[in-house]
Amino acid sequence: MRKPVLEFRGVSFSYGGKKQVLNQLDFAVYNREFISIIGASGSGKSTLFRLITGLEKEESGAVFLNGEKQVNRHGKTGYMPQQDLLMPWRTVVDNAALPLELSGLKKKDAVKKVMPMLAEFGLTGTEQKYPSELSGGMRQRVSFLRSILTGSNILLLDEPFSALDAITRLSMQEWLLDQWEKREKTILFITHDVNEALFLSDRIFVFQEAPVQKLQEVVVPLGRPRSLIDLNDAAVVDWKNKLIEQLRKGVTAV
Amino acid sequence: MREYGPAVFLVAMLFASWEIIAWTVNLPFILPPPSGVAITFWELKKVLVFEHLPSTLAIIVIGLVISIVLGVGLAVWMCLSRTAEKAFYPIIISSQMIPTIALAPIFIMVFGYSIWSKVVVTVLITFFPITVSTFDGLKSSSKDLRELLLTMGGTKKDVFFKLQIPSAMPYFYSGLKVAVTLSVIGAAIGEWLGAQSGLGYFSRRMMTQFDGAAVFAPIVLLSAVGIGLFLIVKLLENRSLKWRKTK
Repeated sequence: MRKPVLEFRGVSFSYGGKKQVLNQLDFAVYNREFISIIGASGSGKSTLFRLITGLEKEESGAVFLNGEKQVNRHGKTGYMPQQDLLMPWRTVVDNAALPLELSGLKKKDAVKKVMPMLAEFGLTGTEQKYPSELSGGMRQRVSFLRSILTGSNILLLDEPFSALDAITRLSMQEWLLDQWEKREKTILFITHDVNEALFLSDRIFVFQEAPVQKLQEVVVPLGRPRSLIDLNDAAVVDWKNKLIEQLRKGVTAV
Repeated sequence: MREYGPAVFLVAMLFASWEIIAWTVNLPFILPPPSGVAITFWELKKVLVFEHLPSTLAIIVIGLVISIVLGVGLAVWMCLSRTAEKAFYPIIISSQMIPTIALAPIFIMVFGYSIWSKVVVTVLITFFPITVSTFDGLKSSSKDLRELLLTMGGTKKDVFFKLQIPSAMPYFYSGLKVAVTLSVIGAAIGEWLGAQSGLGYFSRRMMTQFDGAAVFAPIVLLSAVGIGLFLIVKLLENRSLKWRKTK
């Protein structure tokens, strides 16, 4: 049995005691899994990430990271936000080096560590460029590299590709799967796109309307490695229709 | 250079019409023609550049340095402490309702004819844009970036040095650009009220002698100082904010 790297046990959370978002939620994510989270907007997906990263505190219950109960979770996960959130005044290499600097490394040493990684991320030649000079796909790669360099085994990606055009998006998805396998990470991935979720994930968590009590879970019936053609598989198409139907219900309920 | 063409043309037109009007009116002690100002400037160049310019420049530079130190210091303090913000911010804003220049005679009374009376006037008028713009800049930092730094284990100190200070830099430079132009005004007015040398003092003394051209000549130099300071700030800005040019 694989060990759980992230576990919620009876976690409840609300914003200021008014809007209940999570109610006694239990779930576990295992080592090196790829999990997608889908759900209508406002269903609490982003709140889930805010809880995991420690930006919000659970009202009751406990969050376990790598088997240990963690109360202050700052600096324990690699978070990649929806907009790339690169610092416009830092060059590519300095942006990527940020988590290393925060962990106490000297800037010079941090940069030395980042340089060889840039090549692996297809960013050779952009080291000294500023984010405004890069394409959207490249900026997301820098942002992803930055989340990897936090050194955490758990990566939280919040709709990272939603701002990209369709073609860039496809190549970024394939690239992400590559990186995920190579770097032996566990990934939680928020998306609105059912196709993207099915293509990338081992399991999909579906957020129904808040407050979320139990996650509906879909095990994607596909092996690895996958190609886009596999998405035409009858079982996958079946799930796809069901998921879209459910998301639509969520939207009308709101 | 081509983009400045229209502006250069307009200024040339202005000077040309001034010249013509001045010759037509023919009252050189009130309205000297630009050519007359240029000739007077040339005649007075030694006195102006080596005697009066240094004392005015000293006021401007000392005043600006004090303003930057105090202004940035207060902005940082207000940014770090809510209490300090609540205490100072409303006062700083409402202090602008006081006609600061009208207070200048008081400083002459307190500090006498020494350089410090003029420095205080300069500080008083340049302090506001530096403080307010730096403070707004420190406050302008992105909330999302702050949260990202926290998720990476960043401390309050990291947020301040790696996020708030860099976010404030463009604002600081905007404030400084306003301040350097105001500093010239502050120094000149300070000198009107009480000084033994300086470009403002010289200009005013010539006024009492009804020498129009000699009133204008030091103003030419004051303008040049203002433009020069502005360009220096612009240069510093371009060097330290390289990332903005690429936008």
